Amino acid sequence: MGKTIIEKIWDDHAVAEDGGQTILYIDRHLIHEVTTPQAFAGLKQAGRTVRRPEATLGVIDHNIPTIDQDKPIADPLAALQVETLRKNCAAHGIELFQIGDPRNGIVHVVGPEQGLTQPGMTIVCGDSHTATHGAFGALAFGIGSSEVEHVLATQTLLQKKPKTMRVQVEGSLNDSGGAITPKDVILALIGQIGVGGGVGYAIEYAGDVVRGFSVEGRMTLCNMSIEAGARAGLVAPDDKTVAYLKGRPHAPQGEDWEAAVAYWRSLPSDPDAAFDRTVTLEADALAPQVTWGTNPGMVTAVTGKVPDPNQESDPTKRATIENALEYMALSPNTPITSIAIDKVFIGSCTNGRIEDLREAARYAKGNRVASRVTALVVPGSGLIKRQAEAEGLDRIFNEAGFEWREPGCSMCLGMNPDILQPGERCASTSNRNFQGRQGRGGRTHLVSPAMAAAAAIAGHLIDIRGIEPAELD
Amino acid sequence: MEPIAIVKGIAVPLTRPDVDTDAIIPKQFLKSIERTGFGKNLFNDWRFVEGDPSRPNANFVLNQPRYQGAQILIAKGTFGIGSSREHAPWALTDYGFRCIVAAAFGDIFYNNSHKNELLLARIPADAVERLMAEVQEHEGCELTVDLPAQTVTSPAGLSISFDIPEDTKRRLLEGLDDIAITLRHQADIAAFEERRKSTHPWL
Ligand code: SF4
Repeated sequence: MGKTIIEKIWDDHAVAEDGGQTILYIDRHLIHEVTTPQAFAGLKQAGRTVRRPEATLGVIDHNIPTIDQDKPIADPLAALQVETLRKNCAAHGIELFQIGDPRNGIVHVVGPEQGLTQPGMTIVCGDSHTATHGAFGALAFGIGSSEVEHVLATQTLLQKKPKTMRVQVEGSLNDSGGAITPKDVILALIGQIGVGGGVGYAIEYAGDVVRGFSVEGRMTLCNMSIEAGARAGLVAPDDKTVAYLKGRPHAPQGEDWEAAVAYWRSLPSDPDAAFDRTVTLEADALAPQVTWGTNPGMVTAVTGKVPDPNQESDPTKRATIENALEYMALSPNTPITSIAIDKVFIGSCTNGRIEDLREAARYAKGNRVASRVTALVVPGSGLIKRQAEAEGLDRIFNEAGFEWREPGCSMCLGMNPDILQPGERCASTSNRNFQGRQGRGGRTHLVSPAMAAAAAIAGHLIDIRGIEPAELD
Repeated sequence: MEPIAIVKGIAVPLTRPDVDTDAIIPKQFLKSIERTGFGKNLFNDWRFVEGDPSRPNANFVLNQPRYQGAQILIAKGTFGIGSSREHAPWALTDYGFRCIVAAAFGDIFYNNSHKNELLLARIPADAVERLMAEVQEHEGCELTVDLPAQTVTSPAGLSISFDIPEDTKRRLLEGLDDIAITLRHQADIAAFEERRKSTHPWL
């Protein structure tokens, strides 16, 4: 029987077995300031060194401000974390992109942009959205700080082989005129299988709809695998993947390029490969998706309504809906499009890439942000910021009343000054609507970039299918 | 790591399902560069009114006198979903928990916990309900989680088997350090790297 792409990559990286676990070789290790200080401290305490500094890259993204990045960080704790990462990278010969270096940005945006993310690799990072890199056909997953230390010391991880799931996205989005995005597809999937649906699995996303997505769109899709409970999600490499990587700073060159591409072409799942579970998502009927609750599985179509807990017979589920509605300050049966918002956040490793910013800009162009709304646009990296400025997107946003910021994680998790105040409601392109995620007492509705931009203009959640977006020059 | 075998103590029922790691330890406490000291902010936004540590929220289960000194947490749904922050198990153990009982756990949280002397016992969802009911009914109810026997037992006579991978169990019982295990395979790793240089020269 044939193998899935997940098994192919796994088998190619299995160094040895120990007591029921595999010692899995790690090709690429990405690190950032928040989840590494304890790992380096542990390494030092045990008198160990970094096995392959050259396979490791550091970025500074989680806690940095998105204004005045040329000035010292005002928050002493954030500054200490950044300084600690600097010292640790310097001490171990690890390359670190500094704040203000145009190559710096959100770790899952930077890896692909630099060509560090390649098909067939194992990639880890102390951040749960590492699955983003799966868009290239890599097995990429988030790890904790102890595992970061493990990878630093050994360039491997002790892992159990995940079960395999294939998510087949059927149908076509051609009729949606671009209104239905990868974000809507992944939100709908999480709504379908639940936040625990993928626990224990690595997912392969397949089907015509996925093939039709750009590489950036596939990143959005894979990014939120963790919200479905899966540590890893990937898309088999194809011509789009190869074209994206060609010429990137860390992509293979010359003869190596040919050999690498040949290897990449061998990765897709064999036709007779068996998956432990297959899930089919019908894309034809999808409307833009909006979360109404406090986890990403609490999602509905923009044409829908806030659910009524009284319609739920299971007492646990009913209590969960009641809790979520109380936190979100929403009444049952409220139409989604009547929900007014205070803030809009466009950015994050889910939706902070150039295509996302272009989509948002089309709905911003020539309009004004509603007077009650504050809207932030935070590019995923310095290079994306430059590119957007070269295309004039910053001007479109500024003229429409959006704030154009410097790169970082920003209001995705609010470790920096970009946070929601208690009670504020946000349409956000990020990936988590947990209680307090964007600031204590803040209320988050997850949406696509176009939906977020349109909400900023309207002052409430709105179905973008009723709006004619502008053309960009 | 200290070996773990049996955890016996007061159990706290946390009825909210699908608790995420953002709730276990909110992001404003992730700026520390230490591994300790997170316990005082465990479940911060639920435990304290407006997140203010000087104002305990009397309604939150952890603040009820009968559950003080608890070592076991029982939770509904999938516990520990979301962010990879190892600060979550650090906060739980720093507070005093040594075991979490739930029907399912977030994948990354599961790995992280077992590297931090926090035992996770996976039992069927209906058994979670029954344990919770008993604990809620009887003040001072102490559960026993027995790792060698893989059981959770209650004073009223419930005895529920829990599921744990064999190798994880062994590592917990022996207090083994993962890195030390892997380093026993140094020669294999070096040989693997050598081999890959010829088969995948671009890596
Ligand atoms: S943008 Fe958000 S999800 Fe992505 S790495 Fe940063 S904090 Fe994590």
